[in-house]
Order: sequence, then C-alpha cells, then structure tokens
Amino acid sequence: MTFEVQRHHSAITAFGAYRPARVVTNTELAEVVDTSDEWIRSRVGITTRYFAAPDESIADMAIAAGHAALSAAHVDPADIDLVIVASCTLETPIPGAAAEVAHRLGIDSPGAYDLNAACAGFCYGLAHASSAIQNGDSRRALVIGVEKFTNWTDDSDRTTYIIFGDGAGAAVVSRSEQQLIGPTVWGSCGDRPEIISIPDRHGVLGMDGRAVFRWATTEMRDEVINICEQSGVKITDIDVFVPHQANMRIIDAMLRGLKFRDDTVIARDIELSGNTSAASIPLALSSLAKSGQATTGDLVLVIGFGAGLTFAGQLFVMP
Amino acid sequence: MPTKQEIQDGLAEILEEVAGVMPEDVSPEKSFTDDLDVDSLSMVEIATAVEDKWGVAIPDDELANIKTVGDAITFVDTHQ
Repeated sequence: MTFEVQRHHSAITAFGAYRPARVVTNTELAEVVDTSDEWIRSRVGITTRYFAAPDESIADMAIAAGHAALSAAHVDPADIDLVIVASCTLETPIPGAAAEVAHRLGIDSPGAYDLNAACAGFCYGLAHASSAIQNGDSRRALVIGVEKFTNWTDDSDRTTYIIFGDGAGAAVVSRSEQQLIGPTVWGSCGDRPEIISIPDRHGVLGMDGRAVFRWATTEMRDEVINICEQSGVKITDIDVFVPHQANMRIIDAMLRGLKFRDDTVIARDIELSGNTSAASIPLALSSLAKSGQATTGDLVLVIGFGAGLTFAGQLFVMP
Repeated sequence: MPTKQEIQDGLAEILEEVAGVMPEDVSPEKSFTDDLDVDSLSMVEIATAVEDKWGVAIPDDELANIKTVGDAITFVDTHQ
C-alpha cells in the first residue's frame, strides 16, 4: 500500500533566549587561569561569557529559553506538538532533556527528543522541525539549543575555559501560508573526531584550536556559498549572517572570503556570550531581533559547525 | 612559475589583508611572530590564503617550520 502525505509550509515565528545571571569577565578568568583580558580579546574576541549556577541544569536553562520563545510567539504551550533539544553538554546522557523540558513548560505529551550535533545542533533541529511540519507530522515545534559547558570544562585548560559559556536559545517553528525556511545543507568530516572532544566520561573538553580554525575558515566558507546556491539566492541577497559563534577570529576570517553587502548584518554575539555551541545561533538571533538589527522579512543565513566534525546551515525569513 | 620577488609581493598582500601588516615591512629575514606580530591563528589563515593563491598544500606540521617570510617564499618556490 502507499500513504497519502499532505505537504505544508513552515516558518520560524519567534525566538527566545536565556543567559544565566552570572556574567564572567576576562579579568575574573585571569585570576584563575594563566591568561589576560588582552590575550582573550585578541585571540577569540570575547569580553564576557555567562556561567550557569552550579544547581542550574540544562533543563532549567532550556525551559527559560523555551518559555521566552513561546511568549514572543504568543503561542499556548498546549499548541506545541514537537520539542527538540539540541545539546552536547548534558549532565548525564540518560534521560535526554526534551521530555522533561516539555512537561515543565506545560506542553502536553509532544514528540520529544534530544539531538547531539554539537555546535551545529540548532541548525539540525531547525531542519528536522521544518521537515516535520512540511510532512504534516507536526503543526508547531519548539527547537531549543542549550549548553552548560561549565559541566565539562575546567580552569586547567586556558584554551577552552576562556572560550565556552552557558546559555540557551529557542525558536518556535510553525505551519505557515508560505515556505519561509530554505533547504538545509549539511555534512560531516568524521576523520578528525579528536580535534574537539571530551575523551572519556571523567574528562573535560579538549580542542585543537588551530585545526578547528583551519576547517571552519576554509570549508565552512564554501558551505555558505553552497547554502545560497541550494536556494538560488546570491550572497548579496543575505540581510543577516549568523555563523556559529565559535571565535571572533573565525567569523572575521570567514568574512574575508565572502562578499556580503556592506550593510549585511553580521552576528557577533560571541563578544558578550562566548561560545555556547548549540545555543549560540538562537542566542545571537534573539539579540539581533531585540536590538532591531534583524527585522521581519530579512533573509537570514545560519550555519553551525563543530565537534564531530559536523555542520548544517540554511536560509530563512526573519519572523 | 612566479619568481621569488613575485611570491614575496603576493605574501605581502596576504599579510596586509589578514593581519594588517604594512607591505613595506615584509622582507625575507622578518620573523612572522617576532617582527610582524602575526599570531598562530593568523598564520593558519595566511597558510590557507597561500594554498589558494599558489596551489600548494601546507599541512600544520610543515606550517610549524615556517618562521620567517623567507621560509614561506622558499616553501612556495620549492613546492610549485
């Protein structure tokens, strides 16, 4: 037998963000690790990052961001039927966070699962939510990127401790009159799993920054062009560019090879939030929306890339 | 095949674009780190720009041995 599938359109309708209360400056970090404000600013372009409270969980932060997104979308939790939580820093691997997050948000029995695509997680979640809506499996989905890196970093390694932060960002994805999310371009390079990894269950995050930099600034630049080509748009059509907020130097290096318009808005939330992996793209989008730098109807290009190595990106129209 | 002077001129352009180094400061005896204030991430970016410009491959272990502008010119010249 065969099945009838009705096709629908999907769109992002709102973003939400949660940043923990504790703001950590470079000067504060320099008291515990061998570094300096000047070194951090010049190497990674970060001035502050947020650290969650010790008793603040991944689920707590995801709920705060999810709640903000639902409020911004004027959506009743009961109208959500799919919750996707993207994270690579859960306290423990079982259970995943999505079901608890949904329950505590008052969302009744949605489809719920976690995905781990590291810093690309939000873009993978957005791809799945959009597809689920297009296929009719979901009418309205909540996608959350959330990380608590302080679970998995320590002050013995200045190369990671200064970069990573905690936080959560979320998006509501809904059935729409028009298709406002483009096709996803994704891929992976599994021959270098060790360059960003937590080597064992008692370990902390380690990273070969130089290797990551080279990969991100060369191959991801090509993927940005690929994302444009998949949707038949020119790079000069992009109003807002939101790469994963990995390192300001990576963003600057990517930009040197990409001919955006002079007035294209470039997300630089890393300066204030650090690298929050799966949360970085929705956090940056929330900031741009709040500040008015990104406005309704803008064409946005997002691309996430990180541990695995894995990447994903797409275009969408700003709600 | 570019001459050594052409490679040096091309390197100077890349150094200006990537790291803001003044072209007149670029000469073979200059150390990237000590004289031109180029850090390790900029060296990676310079390496990839060199790869694109002259079609040579500079793996990370080879990059570690390139200390001066002259080392880079020699590398490109001998790997053409």
